[in-house]
Amino acid sequence: MTKFTITDPRGLGLGLNRRQIIQGAGALAGAAALGGLATGPAVSQENVLNILTWPGHGDPAFVKPFEDEHGVKIVAKEYVGGEPMLALMNQSPPGSFDVVLADAEYIGMLQESSFIDEMDPADYPLADYWPEFQKFDLHWKNDKLYSVLIRFGYLGMAYRTDLVTPEDVKSYNVMWTEKVKGKVGFFDWYLPTMGCLSLRDGNKPPFDIDAAQFEKLQETLYSLRPQTSGFYSMADQFAMLTNGTAGIIPGIGDWVVLLLQQSGVPVAATVPDEGGIQWTESMSIVSSSTKKDLAKKFIQYASSPEGQFRSARLPAYWASIPNKKGWEKMNAEAPEDAKKLRHTFDARNVMDEYKEGKIFIRQTPVQQGIEEWNDSWSEFKAM
Amino acid sequence: MTTKLRSPSETLRFGLFLGTPTLIWQVAFFLVPLGFLVAMTFWSVRSFRLTPDFTLANWTMILNAGFFRSAFVYTFLMSLLAGLIASLAAFPVAYALTFRVSPGLKRLLVFMLVVPFFTSFPVRVYSMQIFFSPSGIINTALAPLGLGPISVLNSPTGTMIGFLTLTAPLVILLQTIALGAVDRQLIEAAHNLRCGRLRTIFTVIIPSARVGLVVAGAFAFVLAFGDYISPQFLGGSNPPTLSILIADQVKSGNHWPRASVVAVIMIATLMLVLGVLLKLAYGGRRAAR
Repeated sequence: MTKFTITDPRGLGLGLNRRQIIQGAGALAGAAALGGLATGPAVSQENVLNILTWPGHGDPAFVKPFEDEHGVKIVAKEYVGGEPMLALMNQSPPGSFDVVLADAEYIGMLQESSFIDEMDPADYPLADYWPEFQKFDLHWKNDKLYSVLIRFGYLGMAYRTDLVTPEDVKSYNVMWTEKVKGKVGFFDWYLPTMGCLSLRDGNKPPFDIDAAQFEKLQETLYSLRPQTSGFYSMADQFAMLTNGTAGIIPGIGDWVVLLLQQSGVPVAATVPDEGGIQWTESMSIVSSSTKKDLAKKFIQYASSPEGQFRSARLPAYWASIPNKKGWEKMNAEAPEDAKKLRHTFDARNVMDEYKEGKIFIRQTPVQQGIEEWNDSWSEFKAM
Repeated sequence: MTTKLRSPSETLRFGLFLGTPTLIWQVAFFLVPLGFLVAMTFWSVRSFRLTPDFTLANWTMILNAGFFRSAFVYTFLMSLLAGLIASLAAFPVAYALTFRVSPGLKRLLVFMLVVPFFTSFPVRVYSMQIFFSPSGIINTALAPLGLGPISVLNSPTGTMIGFLTLTAPLVILLQTIALGAVDRQLIEAAHNLRCGRLRTIFTVIIPSARVGLVVAGAFAFVLAFGDYISPQFLGGSNPPTLSILIADQVKSGNHWPRASVVAVIMIATLMLVLGVLLKLAYGGRRAAR
């Protein structure tokens, strides 16, 4: 795996690698441009495949073999959060992107707005996927496939092991204890955090709640304010867990801690007894693309054992993969990483939690609008 | 030989010739976008798409939102405090630079004050995180003395430190220029009339440099009021300021119209504050004499 050397003085204190700094800078630039209107048409030469993705998916560690094989360049436009992704899709000229990597809960919206094409299941190795992911509900509409699952992970709580014990974090209630007062950090995105708090309130599924339950959820959220340390961008979460400003962060998971653990930071992630949220990253072919064949080949690569093996250990952040053959490859070629990712076949692995029914797919609010949830989040931040 | 005097119309033409490029620039890139910004406050957003409209919903929503009011009060007070602290802290420095050090040393020190602007502010703020983190340089140095740990990140203190880092060098520079313009003869006259140093500062120097001093403070207020970097990356958005609120409205929901409402209110606030400050600076000059 590519290791990045520290090229920034901040690395001295925070153990961040260059990639995270770049992400931070990217987040800043994004904030400066305020997300969208400033985006021009992406590069559109013949030998370029434009992908719209979460940070890190254009990394050579993942795309290099595909680029070499097809003599193309992958150009990634990165976003953080499903709503900015939708905004970019809406505001960019047709043809800007060939492939979009999105969270499953946004696939339906992309399909309804005719941003993505129907796909032929036979083109992709879905039969090699774990049975639970062979026909992943949110990717199908009227029995037609619109997206292929590439990676996933669970969201519960990430915590510093020198502050709280695995026993403490068996319940989300630990966030209200004296131990973590002023140390509860937040990923600045309403959806995962409020989803986990909804599970804490006993709402199953957590995003389909009525008015009374929503009111209760707001109360739960607001009651965490005195415990709060701060609200972090994607990159800042790594920094704040590392430097100890944040002792516990709900609504995130392995994707944050696995890389930190490798740098020796005392952190871990857990899915509490009340349950966790599943996040997914899936790839679709953009309808306005002029290189749909190449787009298809790229998704085929990403879902193949080789692509899966590489994608799981993306330098930006690690994730679980749905292709069993990818698991086999990892166990054969990088058994240590398979253990860290809990992708082994002979011990308890990530599929067990799924089977136990503790995991709920992340989705946008069902009975309330996104705005209502989002406004509660703004209210919470401003308290 | 006769000296040809320029006619007023000629002077006007020359002025226009000089000013036109800037004027076109300002109209194209400030006035037009500003008009667009105001118009957008009446638009609506349907499934993440901006739709031209004429609705007051964005204004009602933002003005009635508790989070907007808290953010407004917080941002205003913090910026005011930043302007005050920066002005007070900068004055002795500017005074020393103007009246107490040799011209050579002054040039060097003024140059040093410009150096921070060589590096972009976000980079400086990120590097400051090393200093202030719980196990950072400051706390490591304090620990053997039995002090600390002090907690600065993710708090209004962090935001304020960011504001001051951003504004202090500029305030010192502006104050130095203002003090440099004070008529030395006035100071000498004060001294000749046996006016003490402190009294000279308060009755001669400050009143003479008042406009420049107020403008320096006003700059600090304006910069802090609109800063996004300090409250986000040092203050941890805890609590958020208006600029963070703007970003939030766009980030989830693509709500540019609501963000525009916040932006328009910010612009109006700044104009009001600047108006009051300039009145303070220029008004009632007689009293100062």
